Formats: sequence, C-alpha cells, structure tokens
Amino acid sequence: MPGGRDGPGGSGSMDGLLATKEIVVACGPGGVGKTTTAAAAAVMAAVRHGSKVLVLTVDPARRLADALGLDGIGNTEHRVPDEAFRAAGIKPRGQLWAAMLDTKESWDALIRRQAPDAQTRDEILANPLYQNIAGRFVQSHDYIAMERLYEIHADGDYDLIVVDTPPTRNALDFLDAPQRMADFFSSRLLRWLIVPYRSRLVNVATRPFYQIADRILGTEFLADISEFFILFQSMYDGFVDRSESVGRLLSDRRTTFVVVSTLEAVPLREAEFFAEQLTSRHLHLGAIVLNKVLPSYLRGSESTALAQSIKDGASALAAELSPALTAVDPSLGDTDQIARVLGEVADSYLNFQVVALREMEERSLLSVIPDVLVTVPFFDTDLYDLRGLMRLGEQIWD
Amino acid sequence: MGWAGPMNPLLDLRLVFVTGKGGVGKTTVASALALFASQRGKKVLICEVDARGDVAGFYEAPPTGFVEKEILPNLFAMTMDTEASLREYLKLHLRIPVVGRIGPLAKAFDFVATAAPGVREILTVGKPVYEVRERHYDLVVVDAPASGHVIGLLAAPQAINNLVKVGLIRSQTDWLLEILSDHRTTGLVAVCTPEEMPVNETVELAARVKDETTVQLSAVVVNRVLPELFGRQEERVFDALVAPEPSAKLDELAGGDAGPLLDAARLAVTMRRTRSTHLDRLRQGIDGSVPLLYLPYLFTRSHGLRTTRQVAASLGEELGY
Repeated sequence: MPGGRDGPGGSGSMDGLLATKEIVVACGPGGVGKTTTAAAAAVMAAVRHGSKVLVLTVDPARRLADALGLDGIGNTEHRVPDEAFRAAGIKPRGQLWAAMLDTKESWDALIRRQAPDAQTRDEILANPLYQNIAGRFVQSHDYIAMERLYEIHADGDYDLIVVDTPPTRNALDFLDAPQRMADFFSSRLLRWLIVPYRSRLVNVATRPFYQIADRILGTEFLADISEFFILFQSMYDGFVDRSESVGRLLSDRRTTFVVVSTLEAVPLREAEFFAEQLTSRHLHLGAIVLNKVLPSYLRGSESTALAQSIKDGASALAAELSPALTAVDPSLGDTDQIARVLGEVADSYLNFQVVALREMEERSLLSVIPDVLVTVPFFDTDLYDLRGLMRLGEQIWD
Repeated sequence: MGWAGPMNPLLDLRLVFVTGKGGVGKTTVASALALFASQRGKKVLICEVDARGDVAGFYEAPPTGFVEKEILPNLFAMTMDTEASLREYLKLHLRIPVVGRIGPLAKAFDFVATAAPGVREILTVGKPVYEVRERHYDLVVVDAPASGHVIGLLAAPQAINNLVKVGLIRSQTDWLLEILSDHRTTGLVAVCTPEEMPVNETVELAARVKDETTVQLSAVVVNRVLPELFGRQEERVFDALVAPEPSAKLDELAGGDAGPLLDAARLAVTMRRTRSTHLDRLRQGIDGSVPLLYLPYLFTRSHGLRTTRQVAASLGEELGY
C-alpha cells in the first residue's frame, strides 16, 4: 500500500495527484524542462509520500542520467542509492528508482517473450530488417516505450511510475503508437506483402502494387520484407492483444498526464494543442506545469518608472552616489563607471520586463485550465542534482 | 567585393540542414539563414520536413505545401509531404506516371517504409537533394528533424545502400550519397543554447554525425546568448552598490525601491555566468575546426517576420558580411 495519502494534498495539488495515481506521463514540447520536472515529481513522491517510485525516461537523448546525476543507468531499473540522498541532505521516506529506455534491448526482450519458438526468435533477431527497426526507427521507439511502461506496471513493483516522453509532436505519435501497431498487424496490405511470390502476379488486385514495388525496391528486398513479416506474423495475436492493453492502460483512471511548458509563445501553443488532444481522447489531463517563469518583481510598474528615471539621470545619480561607494571601497569613485553600471542595471531591468510581461499575457490566454496549474519560477542555476530536483519539486508540490 | 576579413563559407554551400534540440530555436535559425541568403541575392528554398511545423509563420506568410511558393523576393518555401514526394519520385526518377489517386499506393508504401526504415527518409531527403542536383536554387535550407532524429535522415541513403542490393531505389541512392557527402556542397548546422542539456546533446550529435554519416558539421549556432552587463571593474562597482548603505542611498536619491532592479541585474549576471560555463563545455566538446556562431538573446519573446529579420541580421554579422 503506498503510504502517500497522509500528505496535505487532495484535489488541486500535485501532491494529491501523485498520491492517487499510479502512472504519471510527463509530456510537452522540447526545451521546457520536462525531463527535469518528471524527475523532480518522482523525487518528491519518493521523499514525501514514502512510495516506491520509478522514473522512466523514453527520450532518445538520455537526459535523465544527467538530471539525476547518474551515469550509465541502462535499460534495467536502478535504485538511486540512499547515500546519494544523504549526501544531498535529504531523508527519503520511500525509494526512488530510475531507468532509461534502450530501444534495441527492449525490442529484443519483447521478441524473446512473444516468439512462439526458439527458431522463429533467432530468425527474427537475425533479420536485417528487424535490426533496422529495433535500432533506428523512431516510431518503434514510441511503441516500445508504451510496451515497457505496460510491462513494468503489470509487474506491480512500484507505487508510482513517472514517465518522461519525447517532445509533443512525437508525443502524439507516442499516444497513437499502440493503436498503430495493432492496425499494422491487422492490415490487409500486410497480408499482401506476405503472399508467396509466385501467386502475386496472378492476383489482379495486388499485381499493380507488386509491379511498382519490384521496380522500386528490387525483388530481393521484397523477399526480405516478406520473410520478416511472415516471421512477425507468428506473433500477431500477441502484439495486437498487447497493443490494445497498452492503449487501455493509458486511458485508465490510474493514469494521468502532466503537460509541461514554458510561457514562451511557441512552446505554449504546442502544449495547449497537446492538452486539447488529451481531452478529446478522453485521457486524464492531471496538471499543467509552467516552467522557468521569470520572477514577479520584474513586473512592477513602479519599478519601470524608477528604471526609466535612473537611466535618464544616471550621471547625476552617479556623482551623488560616489561618496557612499568610496566609503565601501576607495577605488570605486569613478563617476563615469558608476553611471555606466546604473545605466546597465536600468536597461537590463527594462529588457527582462518586456519578457516577463509577455509571459503573463501568454498565461492569461491559456485556453485549457486543468485542476492543477503550477507556475515554477526561473532558477538562476541548473537543477541537475537531487538537491536541485527537490528545490524544483517543492515548487510544484502544493 | 571588398571584404577585409574572411567570411564564413557557410553560404557557399548549396544544401544546409539545420537541426537542434527542441526549443533552442532551430526553425528560427533555419528561417533566418534562408532569409539572409535571399537578401544577399541568392535564390533560396527553405524546406520544412515536419508537416506540422510552421516555417511560414516565421515569415508571416500563409501555410505552405509541397509545391514551392515564393513567399518573399528570392525566397521559396515548401513543406515536406511524403505522399506527394513519392508521386514526384515515381514520375521523375522511375518514369512511372501516377494518375489519379495515389492513396492506396502511398499507403502500401507506408507499410514498406515502416518495415524498412530509410525508405521514408529517402523521400524526405531526396526532394531537397534533387533540387540541389538540378540547380533550381542557389541554396536549399532544410529545417530538419530535431537532433535525436536527424541522424536517421542523413544516414538513410547509406542504410538503404546496405539493405537494398538491387532495384531502382538502390541506383537512386548513389547520387544522393554523392551530394550529401560533398563537403563543399552540403553541410549540417546544429543550433543550441548555452544551457546544460542542449550543450550535452550538441556534443553528442557532433560525435554521431562524424561516426554515422558522411555529412559535414559546418557550424554550431549558439542561440540566445545573454549580453555581458559589466566588465570586471564595473562588477566591483555593482557588488558595492548592492551593499546596505549604498543601496539605501540609491533608493533615497532615485525616489523609490531600487531593490527589484538590483535583483534583476544580479539574476542577469548569474544567468550569464552559468551559461558561460556551458559555452566552455561546448567549445571543449566540439572539434575546433567547426565554427561557432553566436546569436544574442532577444528581449522580446515575440516571433514572426520582425524577429526573423533581426536574427538574420545578427547571423549575417556573425558570418562576416
């Protein structure tokens, strides 16, 4: 039993959301701190709720190892050692585990599990097309990520699984991946492809396709494709069943989606698009996290007037300030220099204010408002160790 | 033309792929590069690989399709569409005219492409390379997939070569490879920001480009570089200014609470400092022969033609024009 219900949460906080769900899928455009946010949420759940939490990154760029300060955690789940927490001055009540997705390894494992016999298994693993699919193919990555999530969840080892995903345009693929895989294996075209070669040219319906395909790809390549699909077909039922189960898991009540964005116009539009897609697919939009938001002191209108007047009167101010500065350090009395510093301070304030005000405007235009809407301030340092993740985590928590 | 300094040879290329981690301004840089080249009198095509992208928006032009359209003087834009590309491919290279609906064939092709990665990529990469081969443009800029996926695109002709032994598609990969591998013709530009993760990914990308493709990394564009507020001595003045007495004096003289201004300046200084450590890592992680181009942070958070023009101007300066 997860120990997570004794916190102050409930509806409307990340605390409550993470205490009541079993799967949290973090999604959003690239460059908004999604991976870090997913890791921070997992750290918080492990530390505060006393749960056994797994953070699983499916991102090809392997950023989670960086974010957690761990090198080389691979496809296998790996416990973040208590010493690491102790070193950061944190006493976790639960356990934090992490894993990254190695697409090739996960595909191999899937084939070993699903293959009807040893011979089919070996032939598939040795097939050149299979090796290409497993190694490179982007969408196979999306599918295998969902498959892996399903597998881990079904094993029931964790109270909470936090999944990081590729950027939104891919994340849509990632939502569609199980269905697409099922469609793929049930398609008529696939059956065409695995028709024995001789009967192809006899069949009136498929003849034009084969004529063109032969000319484009060459007969040998088509034979490779056929062999691959014939082998794969032996796993047809397994794949279709599995894809459907994975799809069901995503729309299950125990699963929620957290959309991460910044308040920059382009990422925010993408995030909104994704949030709308979730809603229209009847998936649970648990929260929107707005990251890297500039501090509120940049938005004061009194400060604007002050910055303007300091900028205009920098020389006069510098002369009057000079005694106070030389009192601190006698070498700092150069009034031109003081004036330049004052001018830069004022200019810099006005510059950042433009950005800060636009952020608030973007926020007010947000078209989708979920139960949990969290704003995370801009941190002036990178957050990639446990302490940093806690700092971020505390911001999203209540 | 009487230039004193050496100019970066980037614009001498005829095919430039622009990639980068999501959110670093990849499309902004691709759009700005194409705009700058067109302003220099080159006939330019910008080709957007992601059909859901919005390159046209960066020029405030209506959305583009597979057919190239002149959206600014000398600047043409198109959006990749695999089905349309297949149709064109069949007609131009295989002399198979496809009349009427291509839907079923494209769908069939989709399945083949699903089984044989590289086939779809060939169509995506084939179109811009074809435009280069036919010399329809002086420069083709490709707004390529993000750094995680661009390798698959650039390595596709080689992958197909290894996978497909005979057939027309095989014979097509030879000229694709030839153009992609020619470092005087084709180059890759990686965009990043001076932040932890983008720098890591760029360093990783540079190594993979070298190991897994024949394409040359021609430049790394470092986007959103913050201005340096203070020199060394000025920084000492600033540090003294935030001490209790001088800052109280400033409040009194200026007639208001200058605290937020000083806080903001300190934030700007810290941000710049953190970023410069990442820049150092970038310089160490990238082969010294790859030029780094720096673009300033724009304090607008706006986007559209005005921003694209600003970035194009900065890029031009960095290129030595």
